[in-house]
Amino acid sequence: MILEALSQEGTLEGGRRRGMDEALSARTAAGVSVGIPRTLFYYTYFPMWKRFFAELGAQVVASGHTSKQILDDGVRVAVTDACVPVKVMHGHVLDLVAKKVDFLFLPRVVCTNRRTVYCPKFLGLPDMIRSSVRDLPRLIDVRFDARAGRLELLRAAFKVGRLFTGNKLRILRALGHSLTDLRRYKRLLVSGLGPQAAMGALERQTGGQATGGLRFAVVGYPYIVHDRYLSLDLLGKLRRLGVEPVTVEMVPPRELSACQVLRKDLFWTYSDEAVRAAHYYLERPEEIDGLIHLTAFGCGPDSVVDKVIELMAKKRQAVPFMSLMIDEHTGEAGLMTRLEAFTDLVRRRKRRGAAERAGAAKEASSGVSGIASLG
Amino acid sequence: MGTSPEVFREVLAALGNEVVIPPRPNRRTLSLGTKYSPEFACLPYKILMGSYLEAIEMGADTIVASGGVGPCRAGQYAPLHELILRDLGHEVDVIVFEPPRLDLRDFLGKISALNAKGLSAWQIIKLIQAGLKKLGALDSLERLSHRVRARELVRGSTTPVYRKALQLVYAAQGAREIDEAYSRAEGLLREVPQKSGYEPLKVGIVGEIYVLLEPSANLEIEEALGEMGVETERSIYLTGWTRESKLLGKPGRYNRTRVKEVAGPYLGEMIGGHGQDSVGHAVMYAKRGFDGVIQLAPFTCIPEIVAKSVLERVSREFALPVLSITLDEQTGKAGLLTRLEAFVDLMKRRRR
Repeated sequence: MILEALSQEGTLEGGRRRGMDEALSARTAAGVSVGIPRTLFYYTYFPMWKRFFAELGAQVVASGHTSKQILDDGVRVAVTDACVPVKVMHGHVLDLVAKKVDFLFLPRVVCTNRRTVYCPKFLGLPDMIRSSVRDLPRLIDVRFDARAGRLELLRAAFKVGRLFTGNKLRILRALGHSLTDLRRYKRLLVSGLGPQAAMGALERQTGGQATGGLRFAVVGYPYIVHDRYLSLDLLGKLRRLGVEPVTVEMVPPRELSACQVLRKDLFWTYSDEAVRAAHYYLERPEEIDGLIHLTAFGCGPDSVVDKVIELMAKKRQAVPFMSLMIDEHTGEAGLMTRLEAFTDLVRRRKRRGAAERAGAAKEASSGVSGIASLG
Repeated sequence: MGTSPEVFREVLAALGNEVVIPPRPNRRTLSLGTKYSPEFACLPYKILMGSYLEAIEMGADTIVASGGVGPCRAGQYAPLHELILRDLGHEVDVIVFEPPRLDLRDFLGKISALNAKGLSAWQIIKLIQAGLKKLGALDSLERLSHRVRARELVRGSTTPVYRKALQLVYAAQGAREIDEAYSRAEGLLREVPQKSGYEPLKVGIVGEIYVLLEPSANLEIEEALGEMGVETERSIYLTGWTRESKLLGKPGRYNRTRVKEVAGPYLGEMIGGHGQDSVGHAVMYAKRGFDGVIQLAPFTCIPEIVAKSVLERVSREFALPVLSITLDEQTGKAGLLTRLEAFVDLMKRRRR
């Protein structure tokens, strides 16, 4: 309770800006722009947030795609020990500051499933940004914690919506439509589309992707796996090697939450999902030929996640496993070499497996005759 | 960690267990731990891993550890330690104590699993009470040592006396003996010759609990500062402030709600570990007019990284010198001392 009260006190309704609120509502939000960083939660919630703000009459501005410029800017202002994704986040915020948006949407998402929370760096994100970035636009850092009750989403939506309109019905309608979009988006992800394709498909239907001879499960956080710059386009590279990648988002949500994988669940939502997805794919060795864990330098939860997945893969022995760590200056060539080596290994292993199976089948039939002759 | 293992040994032994205490964490502990830990696990994880392996070498077949509810990684560590130890072929049982408010039956079950002698519930409560009392006495003694050391007349004269004082309290059995031992130990410390009229620099030390409490992990930073004539106050002690407030008649200062309140404008969320405490305490030290704050964090510690980022703002707004020290298996004492000396010089100049 105290925490809740505190967070409301200290953040969105920070007293000195209250006057500004009313002024903005009066302007009926026409031409007001809301910046959303193209990283972290972007890959999970952007379609929902975009629809919500658009229906309230705001112009949604996403930061540019992650680039060397954004990364370097982030590295410059963020605290040195931060992980690469958090540094990249700082870079995206700077990009939006430069684009002179009126609002910066940086919600404090604590919990979305009533079970796990997000990494401490996510929880402290608005505070870190406030400390490290000067000349910020107005921050919308509404707190969302699904454990607070059924009405939490409604509460958060009104709190944010009030900044743009006094019409509660309009906020309610915007929320309804944005939730529909989120559901459609998630279905598209499960069907095998990547986030960019799925977001495109929300507006116009586009086709699927080409498939190759091999299938790798690539587990890791969406803001690394689907960030083409940060991941050095790992998914694209795999496709060019004739490998079809499958990701965490493609595991049906029900399957993802069904099983008890570890004796004690991981605390962090994205990490929990990564481990469960790895488990899901490892339990289906006939569906995938390899497992890659993509992680970022300095990621705290991944020190646990990576080891857990490694031990899981080691115990089962059925699927080759590789862990890839990217950082601020991972070289493209180095990554390519490792991918090629891994793919070759998997291909050879698959061929040998097929040959052995054929051999074993022959042996089994000849074995029977052998026994017969002994008798 | 710190002075506490002796007390836990005593309680577990009284319950009828044969207790193995691994050596004070040292080079070997750390290299063992580092070898078998994930590269980016934090320092406490690696030290614990090393200590577990050393305890297993000494014949331990059960490991008693603490749990946690996150979102700091420490709460996941015991299960991961167990997975890795088993992967290495050690068949040990790991008993993890989670906070009793989550699952009281589980908590009591684990206590009874350790109760080899079959003591009654009442005896166990008495035992734990005495243990807590002793921990409190040890903490008070340590706090006093930081005040005395900053004012010692002969550099380095406090530490040996403090060691002797600790032994007195360790040896005490039962509530009355602990009280007596404490007052004798306190007397010993107060007899250390002190400079008169000397106003030492005051530094608040905040950060992650393990590296704050375990001197071998923080390279005895408080001892080093004390011998530079700096008085330190630490944000976390194992038993909190209760005992001091009772013994010395001072109002209890430790109040977590208050810490959260103070931290709120800078870090408005409980982010796990002691991240919010670090920020809250730094603000409180600033308001009390301290000369500086030192943050101790293990390398890759998530909550403390957030705190470090936010402390930049605290430092700016209060014009408070803040030194963040990141500790890992590579940290050397000489390098640390150089940084501390520079920091102390800076604070001295500011005071003039």
